[in-house]
Amino acid sequence: MAFGVEQAKRWMNIANDKIQQQKQYLTELDQAIGDGDHGLNTARGFQEVVEKIASVNYEDLGSLFKDVSMTLIAKVGGASGPLYGTAFLKMSLALNGKKEADDKELVAALEAALSGIKARGKASVGEKTMVDVWEPVIELLREKGSMQAKEAALLAKEKMEHTKELEAKKGRAAYLGKRSVGHIDPGSASSYFLFAALAEALEG
Amino acid sequence: MMKKLINDPNQVVNDMLEGMVVAYRDRLRRLPGTNVIVRNDAPVKGKVGIVSGGGSGHEPAHAGYVGKGMLDAAVCGEVFTSPTPDQVLEAIKAVDSGKGVFLIIKNYTGDVMNFEMAAELAEAEGIRVAKVIVNDDVAVEDSTFTTGRRGIAGTVFVHKIAGALAERGASLEEVEAVAKKVVQNVRSMGMALTPCTVPAAGKPGFELGENEIEVGIGIHGEPGIEKTTLKTADEITETLLNKIFADMKLEKGDRVAVMINGLGATPLMELYIVNKKVSEILKEKQIHVHETFVGEYMTSLEMAGCSISLLKLDDSLIELLDAPADTIALKK
Repeated sequence: MAFGVEQAKRWMNIANDKIQQQKQYLTELDQAIGDGDHGLNTARGFQEVVEKIASVNYEDLGSLFKDVSMTLIAKVGGASGPLYGTAFLKMSLALNGKKEADDKELVAALEAALSGIKARGKASVGEKTMVDVWEPVIELLREKGSMQAKEAALLAKEKMEHTKELEAKKGRAAYLGKRSVGHIDPGSASSYFLFAALAEALEG
Repeated sequence: MMKKLINDPNQVVNDMLEGMVVAYRDRLRRLPGTNVIVRNDAPVKGKVGIVSGGGSGHEPAHAGYVGKGMLDAAVCGEVFTSPTPDQVLEAIKAVDSGKGVFLIIKNYTGDVMNFEMAAELAEAEGIRVAKVIVNDDVAVEDSTFTTGRRGIAGTVFVHKIAGALAERGASLEEVEAVAKKVVQNVRSMGMALTPCTVPAAGKPGFELGENEIEVGIGIHGEPGIEKTTLKTADEITETLLNKIFADMKLEKGDRVAVMINGLGATPLMELYIVNKKVSEILKEKQIHVHETFVGEYMTSLEMAGCSISLLKLDDSLIELLDAPADTIALKK
């Protein structure tokens, strides 16, 4: 598998398509247990990302993901902005100077992204956040020792759906306590779209 | 119906900042393309830069405290919404003179995340950054906007004292230490008579009945401890102060600074009435009031109500509290 600038751009484009298509769905999820802006915010952010990266010829993955990060940070807002911004910033640092990443390097970069998200959000597994998708997915990839993107996407979907059963401990939804049970966490849903998009980008 | 003196609900922050910098152009400027207000003479050579900020709607906080002896920059988010890290980063870069930059953050999930992210970005660019998180509100442990206690009007004391020390050329570590000391020694508690309306939302964030007040309200209208019926100013003041005393060890002979802060639509008359009772209670406890601040320091749009803050002082804090400051909202 080769993951270069072209694949990375494709990943972001597919992710944006998915998020634009699911904007209303993400909004509905967030209206149920948050402040209702997750769909609009992520859709605005990823739209800006694809416009930004389309206009630049990147020499390496690090600089591409740096732009992704800075765009999300500036355009998404709320808590998702710094969380996704941090994830891509950590990927950018991990892939600094690399034209292409092999399996191991890509998994390591995603692992760095996860630790960034956890540090920023101070969240761990079971608190009904995007970490409930990210952590098991990264664990799977680490165990496999290679970039099994399809399997990762399937697991991401399963884990996203599993957040329905959890009681929120972090973010706005935490104030609902037990009333947050029965709803999918919006951040875990947008995270699933990211992993699904990565699988499609690596396939093509 | 929302009745506000605005043009476009989505332009209120921009329009406000334009009006502010043109009024005070001798001392403030706005960084182009941002919602960051900085001192005209920033970066000040040989001085730690001090940056604060948060959502707008709390005027004069925070841009009103930009100036000599207090903040070097204020980052203004949308109404009741944290500014994004890129904006905070611009503020940090604009005030760094090589001696490092100190961030004063109110404890709200969004503010903490966005300011911390900006701090990391600044560090990656070689700027030394330290921070303090202010959580003076004793009302509730967790609320709609935060985990742990909220940061409210007591933050102004942190601006004042950290700013005074920085103005003297203290190091980043020294500024951090004094700011943390203030946070440990300041407690606040508020109440609301009426709610407020975020312009873009168009309707009040919560409701209060004709005869109802909310005790322990947050500065965004987050719920407090309880809704209760309207009582006399003396009774309400006693409730607020007792909650502060329950959390703050104050003994006979201790010295404090007092802040009676209006939330936006409270007449000064009522704030003075509150202060009358505060001073009586403190006198009875033989706690010495070094200085009293009565007015609007950290508002919540047009909310009616007030907060009371007490800062326990020692000689070194007194000296810094008394030191010169020249800002729009606080002069010494």
